[in-house]
Amino acid sequence: MEPVDLDFEEADLELPSEPMTLLMGPSHPAMHGTIRMILKLDGETVQDVDIQPGYLHRGFEKMSERGTWSQVFPYTDRLNYVSPLLNNVGYALAVEKLLGIEVPRRGQLFRVILGELSRIADHLTCNGAMAMELGAFTPFLWFLKAREWIYEACEEQTGARLTHSFFRIGGAVFPPTEKLQDQIRSILPRLLEVVVEGESLLLKNRIFLDRTQGVGILTREHALAMGASGPVLRSAGIDYDVRKDKPYLTYAECDFDVPVGEDGDTYDRFMVRAEEIRQSCRIIEQSLDLMKKIEKGSPEDAVSIVDPRIVLPPKDKVYSTIEGTIAHFKLIMEGINVPPGEVYGYTEAGNGELGFLLVSRGGGNPWRVRVRGPCFFSLQAAHDMIRGGMLADIIPTFGSINMIGGECDR
Amino acid sequence: MFFWITSALKVLVAVGFLAQIGALLLWVERKQSAMMQSRIGPNRATIKIGSLEIRAAGLVHSIADGIKLVWKADWEPTGGDHFLYRLAPIAAIVPALCLCAVIPFGPTVYVDHVRDLYDPAWATDVATAARSIPLQIANLDVGVLFIFAIAGAGVIGAALAGWSSDNKFSLMGGLRAASQMVSYEVAMGISLVGSMMIFQTVRLDEMVTWQTQHCWGIFVQPVAFVLFVTAAIAETKRVPFDTPEGESELVAGYFTEYAGLKMGMFASGELVEVCVSSALITTIFLGGWQFPFVQLTGLEFHYFGINVSWHWAHFIVVALGFLTFTLKCVVLIFMQLQVRWTLPRFRYDQIMKLGWRMLLPAALLNVLVTGTVLLFLNSSNG
Repeated sequence: MEPVDLDFEEADLELPSEPMTLLMGPSHPAMHGTIRMILKLDGETVQDVDIQPGYLHRGFEKMSERGTWSQVFPYTDRLNYVSPLLNNVGYALAVEKLLGIEVPRRGQLFRVILGELSRIADHLTCNGAMAMELGAFTPFLWFLKAREWIYEACEEQTGARLTHSFFRIGGAVFPPTEKLQDQIRSILPRLLEVVVEGESLLLKNRIFLDRTQGVGILTREHALAMGASGPVLRSAGIDYDVRKDKPYLTYAECDFDVPVGEDGDTYDRFMVRAEEIRQSCRIIEQSLDLMKKIEKGSPEDAVSIVDPRIVLPPKDKVYSTIEGTIAHFKLIMEGINVPPGEVYGYTEAGNGELGFLLVSRGGGNPWRVRVRGPCFFSLQAAHDMIRGGMLADIIPTFGSINMIGGECDR
Repeated sequence: MFFWITSALKVLVAVGFLAQIGALLLWVERKQSAMMQSRIGPNRATIKIGSLEIRAAGLVHSIADGIKLVWKADWEPTGGDHFLYRLAPIAAIVPALCLCAVIPFGPTVYVDHVRDLYDPAWATDVATAARSIPLQIANLDVGVLFIFAIAGAGVIGAALAGWSSDNKFSLMGGLRAASQMVSYEVAMGISLVGSMMIFQTVRLDEMVTWQTQHCWGIFVQPVAFVLFVTAAIAETKRVPFDTPEGESELVAGYFTEYAGLKMGMFASGELVEVCVSSALITTIFLGGWQFPFVQLTGLEFHYFGINVSWHWAHFIVVALGFLTFTLKCVVLIFMQLQVRWTLPRFRYDQIMKLGWRMLLPAALLNVLVTGTVLLFLNSSNG
């Protein structure tokens, strides 16, 4: 392949050279320690690239088969560890689909609110880290400051900052605390301020624009062919968002837009994520309003369904009544009895369509748990985004795909 | 004898100062970036003497880092050229230190007349001039040309390091460093031609004298100022021009394979370069050690119908000059550090385009315009 910026006459004048093979990763600052790229370089131009994921393969799917249905939750935290609550929601919804149950309204809104907070954290991290890898360190730390507020809110609700394992089949561990409304409402405007502040350092900056515009282009056709989803697909110009096209939970009631890019370059991916942060804020505000309107004490007011075969009894019942003790014992030792069947549950996670294909043969353990990790498919598409570009372009392109090792390698 | 003693003292002070400036600037950089990024910055390193705990607002970290660098295992790659590998850090830091030799950091001190009012006759008086101390280590006739030559030698260290490390990332970093520094050397040199034409000299002390008598270089050569500052930042290989050590794709670039004190020499060499380039910009464009409206005799303000003449003793003017020079340097250093924490980095080809397609033509145009204006002024005068 000829260098892209030379025409043939000039290229003929070049001295004969052979491409240099460069092993990038897995121990390389830009490869997250989980990816290896074998590059064929002609000077600084990438002639060919072989992307080899799998350094973080922990056997998530096999591990899931060994425990009960509920014991999968801690594993899902470690899929996309930047937005664990979205994975919790995705898995819980898939199992609930198989069980044929639906969580009460308050529980649904609670899932939407915490899930969208996680999505904001995810996008802030991705955009910030991409800028940081381009050398702009300051916006990254500003974004992390905002992410810290989200973590505080999540800690208030779930008790953990990163590995929440919060949602359960049939609901959540705890109902929302009293602080939920005030705390989140106070975070959102501050958070948007930080986002604007961080963007002001980047989007009017010629260097940043030159580094991202027209770099790592993903065409519509290629994005579809590779099965990309989420911000990567939307930046290529296809407005597919599971929340909009196949609404689940209470997303259908919320008014929000799906940002779509034009060129599918790194800049568009950055902008799509930046806009989704704002849309997520809108969703959270609307959901908080909807939550306020729920009548106190009505069946809608609960976060979990009432079914002793699925939801653990409260601890005081476990210690004081025989029914509680038996229900607890059965659920912990045998697990939830999920009827035989096969289901594909899919939600919009931080990186795109997060799918769980669950196969049950009855009994308390899953027979098969297969995860469609969205960034694995984005990574598939990365090959053509990187090839033909410059060595330095790998960094923003790869950063904007938001490859998360836990989700990609599972 | 007097000359040798004073010269040795000046060298000791300047080199000692610059050797420490790395540690100090590291602290400044960390604290400044912490302020910009809503962080606290380093504050943990402590010296404990009994119950007394000294933290000095994080300054102890610089000492801790120095000690750590010295005691790190002096690891070397098994392949590569060992001699060149060891030579490279020295080749990188020595030119940076040499550069400060020609920079005047204050007016000439006439030891016999420190309490008197300045008299231009001192300079011509043989006995007085013999016992004078120019606050400049070496007053070379070639001045600016010496700076270009030595700054150009700085590239050797980076190129050697990249070549001798036996690592492809280092090699690419070394290549990038070599091509980048050579390119910007050209623009840097030509951007100063206009200043030399106006000052009618290449000696740095005479440049300062000209600026003291007329006006600062930045006002007569604003375009050259912008070009020179840009090229100078590129020469220091810091963000946004830090592709040679572009940490995200090339790990640490040409010094990837260096550990311990050798790595520290590259890192502090960079900070010394920041300091020296600031001093250079101060000297050529910001009037050197001159405080606004202060001549060698004292304050002279004769504008807008106000006439103020306030004469000071010689040593006050000297002290003020030295302080002013330091202050201007500090401001410029802060500016350079600020740039480091604000901008992302260029891509390698974008740097080359900026250097050859924008800076160089602009510098040439600047020379042309300056020459035309000078020619016009001279012909209208004469």
